[in-house]
Amino acid sequence: MDIPILKIENFLVVTIQAEMSDDEILKLQKDILSRIKEVSASGLIIDITALDVVDSFMGRTLSNIANTADLLGAKTVVVGIRPAVALTLVELGIRIKWNLNTALNLEKGIDILKRRIEM
Amino acid sequence: MSETEKRISIKSSADIITARGVGREMAKQLGFNIVDQTKITTAISELTRNIVTYTGKGKVIIKKIHSDVDKKDGMAIICTDKGPGIESIELVLKAGYSTSNSLGLGLSGAKMLMDDFDIKSKPGEGTRVTIKKWLR
Repeated sequence: MDIPILKIENFLVVTIQAEMSDDEILKLQKDILSRIKEVSASGLIIDITALDVVDSFMGRTLSNIANTADLLGAKTVVVGIRPAVALTLVELGIRIKWNLNTALNLEKGIDILKRRIEM
Repeated sequence: MSETEKRISIKSSADIITARGVGREMAKQLGFNIVDQTKITTAISELTRNIVTYTGKGKVIIKKIHSDVDKKDGMAIICTDKGPGIESIELVLKAGYSTSNSLGLGLSGAKMLMDDFDIKSKPGEGTRVTIKKWLR
């Protein structure tokens, strides 16, 4: 399953549409990072509205993507975390800093990126 | 086998997704709310990933349970493997502990998300983890 990585202005937008196996998540990570380099993106939005489970592996991978994207010059915002997923993540990772910027939806995610990049 | 008990063998990361789906469906049928469904499904994900990561293969049993004492229904998930076992259970239950850089949330995470947690392990023989969630 190839997940489309869209470019809007200088940002990349990735919408995860279905549950992914570990291998698929790791492939997506690789694809996103090479695309950031390819188009010199300054921002990245990952939409996880479709995910009804975010476990520690997924959380860690999202955090890894954000940290690596940051090194490549792109800020990351994760959008669309479901309320039940948010509650679960808080309990699951109570002592862990996820190190992720989040926003309620795509529109707010783009706002955050624009503000961050202007600063 | 009754509809209220399912067995899934766990060999690869694709089986993690299968187990999550089965768990979510049963939690929904038993009447757990969306938050508990998510917690149960996430706990199944953590435990089955432990099997894949540390031992390569094992199995998970997901079933409906009933407590005569408290007069309540619930759901149990039993994960077993014949892997290397765990030397210090106390240590792996500390949040943040990990031997394979997986943030160490596997066991401690599953414990936090569920009502009951039990682990039996013998080095060299394997591990059995049982987690339960009760309907309120």
